[in-house]
Amino acid sequence: MDALTAHLSELGHGLVTTVELTVVTTVGAMLLGIVVATLRIAPVPLLRAIGTAYVEVFQNLPLLALLVLFVFALPTIGITFPLFTSAAIVIAVYEGAYLAEAIRAGINTVGVGQAEAARAIGLTFGQSLRHVILPQGLRAVIQPIGNICIALLMNTSLAAAVGVVELTQAANTVNLIEAQPIAVFTGAGLAYMLLALIIGQVTGLLERRLAIVR
Amino acid sequence: MNQTQQILFDEPGPRARRRIRIATVLGAILLAGAAVGAVYQFASHGELTAARWEPFTTWPIWRYLLNGLWATVRAAAATAVLSATLGLLLALGRLSTHRPLRWLAGAYVEIFRTVPTLLLIYVTLFALPQYGMNFPLFWKLVVPLVVSNSAAFAEIFRAGILALDRGQTEAGLAVGLRRGQVMALVVLPQALLQLTPSLVSQLVGLLKDTSLGFVVSYTELLYSGQVLSSYTHLLIQTFLVVALIYLVVNASLSKFARVLQARNGRFGGRRGRRTADLPPPLIEGNSTR
Repeated sequence: MDALTAHLSELGHGLVTTVELTVVTTVGAMLLGIVVATLRIAPVPLLRAIGTAYVEVFQNLPLLALLVLFVFALPTIGITFPLFTSAAIVIAVYEGAYLAEAIRAGINTVGVGQAEAARAIGLTFGQSLRHVILPQGLRAVIQPIGNICIALLMNTSLAAAVGVVELTQAANTVNLIEAQPIAVFTGAGLAYMLLALIIGQVTGLLERRLAIVR
Repeated sequence: MNQTQQILFDEPGPRARRRIRIATVLGAILLAGAAVGAVYQFASHGELTAARWEPFTTWPIWRYLLNGLWATVRAAAATAVLSATLGLLLALGRLSTHRPLRWLAGAYVEIFRTVPTLLLIYVTLFALPQYGMNFPLFWKLVVPLVVSNSAAFAEIFRAGILALDRGQTEAGLAVGLRRGQVMALVVLPQALLQLTPSLVSQLVGLLKDTSLGFVVSYTELLYSGQVLSSYTHLLIQTFLVVALIYLVVNASLSKFARVLQARNGRFGGRRGRRTADLPPPLIEGNSTR
């Protein structure tokens, strides 16, 4: 226990970094997910192909390989970002593919009649998507989106492997100093569980508030 | 997919066709612009010269990377077998009528579903050796992967078992089978068949997880790329090739999962339940699915 209290500031900084990384990437991945899901259902075949390719590529590459490629290899062709930014970009791009698929599943649950009615009153593709399809489609997949956010939280720990000092890395450092693995790693594990629990509670709340009972 | 495409737009008329053409051209220009930008970045840093790509046409380099891939496959196979078995046991535990068992299995799944795999890897790397558990390198990667993947497998199995119509269990009990027999003879064979696509998808996730060998210094594909690039100094080339190998392997597995999904989890033509041949249900809308 002493190991935890003696290094509260390091662990606290790690926790804050994890939370920041999670929040930033969730927002980024959500926006990307909506764009890619829209591309995949667009009337233009080329855009559909781009959307499909995006999902195929980023669902089938390991996140760690992407992080290594982005952080260690891209500087050799002159593309460099601060470490935190790089990690955030890569995780957002990676999770965006998963969110796009979840959102597309949500769009699939919207009745055909809704889209037809939207077209019948003269809405364009973008308008019907914005005012009719997405508001209903997103509400249908709040739970799956929440699960992806929890996976995202756990994936932010991979940023440690390329040098971002977030919770996992902070715990590792503290353990190397204090050599009290049980206390340190259990503490970090509990913090992750707590964060996941919060995400779960928030999605549960949103689900109860927003979901449409059909 | 076809259905989605059709709900959002009608058969395009002349104006819509023109707009689609314009959007196609714009999209193509954007793509071409991105490609030109990438080539320019590569060229201006001298990464496009033949000398920096030539090694990847030689057999020794490929033999090294394919050895890495083979190590990845071995780690993934060991993880898959162990975590699927453990996952099935956990799912059965969570669904058992025995309360302590249900509670234990539930706690295991809930804990390891929300603890990052990397944290578990650090535990096996830095904590367990202090308590005399110093595994060989291969198991330092596989053990944490099994611990976290078995929780994921447990959830897949549980969902599959719960998704099966309750009538199946009830019918099994009604003809006098014991609970264990109902599970083994009636529920599991049907649930597993339905689950094969999800299980294959989970296999993709698991194969991606083996890239954590990078942290353990177990020479699977990603770490092989790291070792190779530190010898050859061909950083971006090596990691692009490594990414391509991952993409080919995983995309084939994902494709296989989709084919299974489309065929309702059946491998061959004959095996499995042929839904088309079943008589229609007597009462409509009574099914839970």
